[in-house]
Amino acid sequence: MDQLTRIAYKLRRDIIEMAHNSSAGHVGGDLSVIDILAVLYFDVMNVSPERVRDPDRDRFLLSKGHCAGALYCALGEKGFFDKQEALLTFGTFGTRFIGHPNTDVPGVEINSGSLGHGISVGVGMALAAKMDGRTYRTYVVLGDGEMAEGSNYEGMMAAGHYRLDNLCATVDCNRLQISGQTKNVMDSGSLADKFRDFGWNVIEVENGNNCSQLSKAYRRAGDCKGKPSAVIAYTLKGKGVSFMENQVSWHHGVMNDEQYRQAVRELSEVSLRETGAETCPKAGRFQNAPPDFFRVQSEVSLRETGAETCLKAGRFQNAPPELFRVQEELLT
Amino acid sequence: MNKVTNRQAVCDILMTAALNDRNIVVLCSDSRGSASLKPFAEQYPEQFVEVGIAEQNLVSIAAGLAACGKKVIAASPASFLSTRSYEQVKIDVAYSRTNVILLGISGGISYGALGMTHHSAQDIAALAALPDMRVYLPSDRFQTAKLMEALLRDEKPAYVRVSRSAAEDIYDENLDFELDRSHILSEGPDATIVACGEMVPYAAKAAEILKEAGIRAGVIDMYCLKPLDEKAVLKAARRSRLIATAEEHSPYGGLGSLVAQALSAHCPKKLLAIALPDGHIIAGENKEVFAHYGMDAEGIAARVKQALTGV
Repeated sequence: MDQLTRIAYKLRRDIIEMAHNSSAGHVGGDLSVIDILAVLYFDVMNVSPERVRDPDRDRFLLSKGHCAGALYCALGEKGFFDKQEALLTFGTFGTRFIGHPNTDVPGVEINSGSLGHGISVGVGMALAAKMDGRTYRTYVVLGDGEMAEGSNYEGMMAAGHYRLDNLCATVDCNRLQISGQTKNVMDSGSLADKFRDFGWNVIEVENGNNCSQLSKAYRRAGDCKGKPSAVIAYTLKGKGVSFMENQVSWHHGVMNDEQYRQAVRELSEVSLRETGAETCPKAGRFQNAPPDFFRVQSEVSLRETGAETCLKAGRFQNAPPELFRVQEELLT
Repeated sequence: MNKVTNRQAVCDILMTAALNDRNIVVLCSDSRGSASLKPFAEQYPEQFVEVGIAEQNLVSIAAGLAACGKKVIAASPASFLSTRSYEQVKIDVAYSRTNVILLGISGGISYGALGMTHHSAQDIAALAALPDMRVYLPSDRFQTAKLMEALLRDEKPAYVRVSRSAAEDIYDENLDFELDRSHILSEGPDATIVACGEMVPYAAKAAEILKEAGIRAGVIDMYCLKPLDEKAVLKAARRSRLIATAEEHSPYGGLGSLVAQALSAHCPKKLLAIALPDGHIIAGENKEVFAHYGMDAEGIAARVKQALTGV
């Protein structure tokens, strides 16, 4: 497993944690867009928590703002704030980690959540860069259901008109929205053709959950001069959790405890399998498993059971039997 | 008679300010001519962005520019700016607190016989309801200039409505101006007329007519609708038997409503609210329309007199 995929799966586990803790969020879309966010934040964009006010930083806008949970996980992982605060307080009374991006959260550039604003705001940011002779790039991420908003097309038109090659829009094309399949709810036809007609460079990514394919697409976008670029990423809603994948009910579904455990198990299996750990577990002992595995599992399981446990790598003291059972199942 | 419109006054200030500030950026939606901003577009083409007939785009692009350090003036007919792009104003400007001045041109019933599509009789209500949005209706060109200078000095969202035709002068270059206040033009123990925008000259004339009839009426130029200068309203209410408001706006949610809210909370008083009717506005030049609805100087004076004396 490459480093970016590893990060994406770590973020998936965070998304599941956040969604389960809060019984809120848009977990299906979070899981479809997370590879895009992982690649942008950990491979492509020039952003860091130390430079949140740097005028030369790249700008990121989550136009499909309802996937704020995924954005908070990526920003937290990047170090913009204590990720645990986001995981534990998302969607709760008085939190700054509300259900749509807002600038009280470090790293969020502008408030969003009302769909169809991102491209136009991005046009403004890209125009500002041109006016000031700065080289930063502006990245906007949209959903395919969102493309029914007419304001998108005003923004696309202006970006093409002003040849904003420092602007890159990505459509997280998971083909589902809250009421069903996007093509049945409101068929927007070929998004690639629409972007092209407005003068954009279009890059289609066959597997929008494949970090390597996404990285290549963003490199091509960066190399394109004289036109804005659109990355149309064909993704899977709920990607990584079997019972959520391509299921419209998980647009903003809430997991029960059993579903949560299954999601954690599946995502951990992927991580272990992908990282190639050959592990022979005995109750309370894991050999050669990656440290991150223990961190996630212990945080999840121990908090759930309320055990006060002192964790060391590979050893659990005072952990309840259930934890070991789950772990063993995972590894056998 | 003054021939300089308030929109021209805005352009003059922007031209001067842009001399020393590269971050001033003006956006229009195919409206540079009607906004009197053509000279700016010609002199500062790199600080001017044409958005085309797309008011939603206008406001979002303005917000994006502002988020990257620009001081943006987004100019479009008040009718479209305040309602067609209301969502973008609400989210990208007010909620995101971006440094954008929304310049609503040809406000109120400026477009006269063009009809309801081009009237903006809801903008005060709509914009004032947004947290972090300030609302200004300057009266004459001198006040408009001072207002724009002041807004260019701060970094917060604001909505400014100006009319299409030239307003009569009330002040001069030496006007002492403060944001978020009002100007007391005169004081009167019988009545105080609180007016905004280009209704202020009508209110001032109404006070003169009333004086001839033996009624001493004061006038407050309430150029700042939000935050409302409540102190001035309450001071007048304690001094006058009647408070009247005069505005080129719907009777709902505008100056009359805002003043009534302040009065009822702190100093209950009889209020005469003079506004456009809640209905389709009759076609005509604004002077004709104001006369028709009893909103010109004679109409305002007659209604104040009637409210005070019953005749």
